[in-house]
Amino acid sequence: MTTTAEPTTELGKARTRKEDARLITGRTRYTDSITPHGTLHMHVVRSPLAHARINGVDKSAAEAAPGVVGVYTAADLGVDAVGLPCAWPITPDMKSPQRPLLATSTVHFAGEGVAVVVARTAAEARDAGDLVEIDYDPLEPVLDMEAALADGATLVHPDLGTNENATWVFDSGAAGTGGSVDEAISAAEADPDSVVVRRRFRQQRLIPAFMEPRSCVVDPTGEQITVWSATQIPHILRTMTTVTLGVPEAKLRVIAPDVGGGFGGKIGVLPEEMLCVALAQRLHKPVKWTETRSESLLAAHHGRDQIQDITITAKRDGTVTGLDVHLLADMGAYLGLVGPGVPILGAFMFNAIYKIPALKFTCTNVFTTKTLTDAYRGAGRPEATFAIERIMDELAAELGRDPLELREQNWITHEEFPFTTVVGLTYDSGNYEQATQQAKQKFDYDALRREQAERRARGDKVQLGIGISTFTEMCGLAPSRVLGSLAYGAGGWEAASIRMLATGKVEVITGASPHGQGHETAFSQIVADQLGVPFEDVEILHGDTQSSPKGLDTYGSRSLAVGGIAIVKAAEKVVAKAKKLAAHLLEASEDDIEFNAGQFTVRGTDKGKAIQELAFAAFMAHDYPEDMEPSLDADAVYDPENFSFPHGTHLAAIEVDTETGKVNLRNYVCVDDIGTVVNPLIVEGQVHGGLAQGIAQALYEEANYDDQGTLVNGTFVDYTLPSAADLPSFDTAVVSTPATSNPLGVKGVGEAGTIASTPAIVNGVLDAIRHLGVADVEMPTTSQRVWRAIQEAQGRSTQETPVDTHSPGAGLGSIDPNNPQGEVQ
Amino acid sequence: MAQVRVTVDGVNYADDVEPRMLLVQYLREKLGKTGTLIGCDTSNCGACTVHLNGRSVKSCSVLAVQADGGEVLTIEGLARDGELHPVQKAFNECHGLQCGYCTPGMIMAAVDLLGDNPDPDENEVREGIEGNLCRCTGYQNIVRSVQRAAQMMKPGSAVPAESAAPVAGGN
Amino acid sequence: MIPAKFDYVRPSSVEEAVTALRDAGEDAKILAGGQSLLPVLRLRLAAPSTIVDLGGIAELRHIAEDGDRIAIGAMAAHHDVMRDDLVKQHVSLLSQATETVADPQVRHRGTLGGALAHADPAGDLGAVALALDAEFVIAGGSGTRTVPASEFFVDYFTTAIGEGEILTQVRFPKYTGWSTHYEKFNRTAQAWSMCAVAVALRLDGGSIAEARVGLTNMGTTPIRARGVEAALVGQQASEDAARAAAEHATEGTAAPSDADAASDYREHLARVLTGRAVLAAAG
Ligand SMILES: Cc1cc2nc3c(=O)[nH]c(=O)nc-3n(C[C@H](O)[C@H](O)[C@H](O)COP(=O)(O)OP(=O)(O)OC[C@H]3O[C@@H](n4cnc5c(N)ncnc54)[C@H](O)[C@@H]3O)c2cc1C
Ligand code: FES
Ligand code: FES
Repeated sequence: MTTTAEPTTELGKARTRKEDARLITGRTRYTDSITPHGTLHMHVVRSPLAHARINGVDKSAAEAAPGVVGVYTAADLGVDAVGLPCAWPITPDMKSPQRPLLATSTVHFAGEGVAVVVARTAAEARDAGDLVEIDYDPLEPVLDMEAALADGATLVHPDLGTNENATWVFDSGAAGTGGSVDEAISAAEADPDSVVVRRRFRQQRLIPAFMEPRSCVVDPTGEQITVWSATQIPHILRTMTTVTLGVPEAKLRVIAPDVGGGFGGKIGVLPEEMLCVALAQRLHKPVKWTETRSESLLAAHHGRDQIQDITITAKRDGTVTGLDVHLLADMGAYLGLVGPGVPILGAFMFNAIYKIPALKFTCTNVFTTKTLTDAYRGAGRPEATFAIERIMDELAAELGRDPLELREQNWITHEEFPFTTVVGLTYDSGNYEQATQQAKQKFDYDALRREQAERRARGDKVQLGIGISTFTEMCGLAPSRVLGSLAYGAGGWEAASIRMLATGKVEVITGASPHGQGHETAFSQIVADQLGVPFEDVEILHGDTQSSPKGLDTYGSRSLAVGGIAIVKAAEKVVAKAKKLAAHLLEASEDDIEFNAGQFTVRGTDKGKAIQELAFAAFMAHDYPEDMEPSLDADAVYDPENFSFPHGTHLAAIEVDTETGKVNLRNYVCVDDIGTVVNPLIVEGQVHGGLAQGIAQALYEEANYDDQGTLVNGTFVDYTLPSAADLPSFDTAVVSTPATSNPLGVKGVGEAGTIASTPAIVNGVLDAIRHLGVADVEMPTTSQRVWRAIQEAQGRSTQETPVDTHSPGAGLGSIDPNNPQGEVQ
Repeated sequence: MAQVRVTVDGVNYADDVEPRMLLVQYLREKLGKTGTLIGCDTSNCGACTVHLNGRSVKSCSVLAVQADGGEVLTIEGLARDGELHPVQKAFNECHGLQCGYCTPGMIMAAVDLLGDNPDPDENEVREGIEGNLCRCTGYQNIVRSVQRAAQMMKPGSAVPAESAAPVAGGN
Repeated sequence: MIPAKFDYVRPSSVEEAVTALRDAGEDAKILAGGQSLLPVLRLRLAAPSTIVDLGGIAELRHIAEDGDRIAIGAMAAHHDVMRDDLVKQHVSLLSQATETVADPQVRHRGTLGGALAHADPAGDLGAVALALDAEFVIAGGSGTRTVPASEFFVDYFTTAIGEGEILTQVRFPKYTGWSTHYEKFNRTAQAWSMCAVAVALRLDGGSIAEARVGLTNMGTTPIRARGVEAALVGQQASEDAARAAAEHATEGTAAPSDADAASDYREHLARVLTGRAVLAAAG
């Protein structure tokens, strides 16, 4: 990270985080650490089968087990008609199956709950869970998206008559925002001076794998029902609980206490949350549920899982003339809260930073008997960025061009901003040349290209590849009207309130709900600047619908770009009120009052009042203007007018051991333009974490199912997250062209690293071995896949890999939790 | 039921527990030491790391009864007399945490690592904490934190020796 | 996350432990470091009626010189084995391989005896014990017997330890002055060996006088690569010799196929890694 002189304002200061004090000492309150007196514990009995009819549930043995309070199916609880919400009907005729709290007649994915046990201790609930006998009739699983769409396919939800959830199309020709892709393709096919490159990419299924397993505690004692949940969306959860169960919204208080990561994985209205509410109401006792890691990997929503058919057309001189995108997106068995919209969020990003004259995007969402998919860090945009950045490399290979040069030829130059793209978005600012220039320099691009050539020439067993990704994304979800035009079931505004306390301290209430992002610190910095109060005097309150009644929570890199601006707007109102009071007390005209660094002074005099004095004066209310209430407090709701568009250039130096296929990430450089930086320390951390997740998609992670629809790597034993020993240090820097769409000039950084890094890695792997004849390696690019790709390219036939089997992993070794044999029976 | 007598963060406890109770559950549920967290069920994540008799262990992989007669140090007992341990300070200074869920385990693993190797290079740090998973930070600032703590703990460093709590672990 | 209920006993001598095992019957399980057993219990893949914890038997933790052998108690922790000076000096291959096992926390609890008794074919220490002709001391109701490594590993998760018996000690001949290397290949640092090769060479001048080679995860048990050993003896420790000998690496193996590596890839890895391990050992 490039360091500049320490700024005099709070904005831009590398403040260490306020929230750390409790987190580094263990004084934390994660949901599972909360256990009110008399708490009962819920265990969910889950189906081991992906698709099966339920013939019967025998609860008798479980009910008789020690400590058990009750064993319930959905019918027992009277919730068999209740369906969980999907807030994003992407088309008017979208097929939407009801997602039950517990499967009633049929289970639709392995891991779906069928019954719950409530007991006095978690151990007793778990013990009794084993005694619930469920009689299943297995049905054919539906696993492959293309087969699922074929005639005669087994239907996941026969009543829908199809496995197709919806097909969503955007055609720049039809929309009038650009040309027709069909024409671009036929023209290119007919023109010897043009090329058409077609590729199929796979976005494998990923699991968000936040470190804190999901958990909720529902306490029905008292006037309101209090729900603590490890969620990203306490406000949405409150409203949706009302919508789902009919509990009056005002009788619900939802608290997201310390939350251990989310990455989109904690955007959901969970069956378990609703069951805890229903049980707490029925039993008049607090009810708690905490999932195990294995349950989490199995039943919490997954991400990605797309088949991408991409066609790009270009002139032989490199000018891109059209892009056609055909996606199949696996929804899993049901629709998540925003699941069907996730691929659509990517629709507007396939053109990325390029001046593509014609674009068509067609996405068909498909039901399968797998765990549902929904938002995962980047949600739709990583998938889009992967496809465009991969196809740009393929086009470069086809044309024999340097891939970076080819990008430069097609990207929007900095003079061209603001630029309206082929999908009709207006990019307000950016400077791709600057970011790229700086990245190339840090990376020593030319030297690495020379080394690459040398290694190739001497046939080194370790080959070098250079992976490139020049990405942009749309952040700051979202202008409410745009969401309305996409039929999204909510707005995109955010709320903030500022309370000026009598003692001069400041309480800021935000509707954003952090789970690791450092809002308490970054927002304090913003308020300190806006009001001219010390950083330490600002307290940020969030994540509790009682103290922060209004909000739309945290996802889509929106907290700063939307939530932060709402705070600025509230602060402006505080200052306006304070100014009025100052004028009154200083006996001056409001026009003569100047505000600077917390001081209100009468122009040209040394008479003045500090904002803290004014807060006290407002509290005392002994002397204030007639036309004013005695308060400086203010609320604001901010609805952005546009998205913000961070961008960056990412370069990866990748070594491939051609003997074993092992991929080694030697060096990773990225230069990101995220607009104004509030706190460089936090920004750097967000970039690092994002990179790690994106790199993990490229190299390590994939959720695999066997032919029965069982998740075969449903523990940390074989769903391999990288450890510190699997990643290098990253060389990161920021440049800044401030966003023009908001007063701070901020753009958003939460997802940038994840979006950009995956294609950079895969492009690098291919760049290392393309000369050996390899055209593609599916993600994750494991050593075996790379080795096999090389073998096949050299004409040596290789064996099928049983991807649906357990591989020995930490914790269990060769013991397969799905199929234990040998020493464990 | 079986008896456990343990010292946890300097306090003696004697309790009857089910033999199947894990040390981490004993700490959280019986003693209310909820600073130590649970992140997995297969001994991979290290969120539950504490020191048992001076060595880092995954407290989900030890039965409470196995700790009988032993001494446990958790994240909650690391600061001494209100003074943070250098590793805690370094995690704050170097932004070695985001959501904080892996943090107690990371810090306890790091303290043990530094007891074992007071001046680790980057690779040694990375391998020393390979039993702890973090989903937020990409590890880079965690590695920096551990190396920064090593600097702080060097004799004669700016951090006065008496304010640094003794390092548990290592031998 | 919560194991099923069990009874727990913590004997303080091997005799008591043998008695406890006999009393508890066939559903009893021995608990050593617990690093393999507890994950299995937590996922309820096993539910023993009684756990016999060897943790209270101090005598099982020793590491000592015993004539021409190094004797290691079954309960010696990985951490202590890999740091021990006697082991480093006389059985360096064991310290090298143990360093690659798991992570520091697991090595603090996990034991040599537990790892070998567990006999996971992907475990790292079996290949070492086999290549080095270790001996296994096993105590049972009718006294103590000693089993050579060549007879100890019987099958997938199965060893010569009988019901009611306890592995008490593993004895390694001294390989003082031998050149050794453990070459491990895994998907991520946390993952177990996809394939690994243990090599010990006695070098005489530039040439290989004796060679011992063991393979991890190339069958249902650890495997001794005798073909490689034979091909190495008498050769100069050169790249060509290593490569030629490595061609024998898959003889007698039955490589498993799984998602990380189908058998052809595993066999290929065994050859590549054998070549590399020999060169690394030879320095
Ligand atoms: C995260 C993680 C990563 C790991 N990575 C690796 C790795 O890379 N390589 C590797 O080799 N291992 C690895 N392991 C396994 C580790 O080495 C274990 O410690 C070892 O396999 C078992 O040793 P233990 O002392 O913990 O035995 P336990 O778990 O206590 O016992 C294991 C089995 O052996 C039996 N047993 C134990 N001791 C005796 C005895 N004295 N006599 C008879 N039977 C006995 C038990 O009944 C049980 O069935 C890993 C473990 C974990 C949790
Ligand atoms: S909870 Fe102990 S290792 Fe994950
Ligand atoms: S800080 Fe969130 S898991 Fe490490």
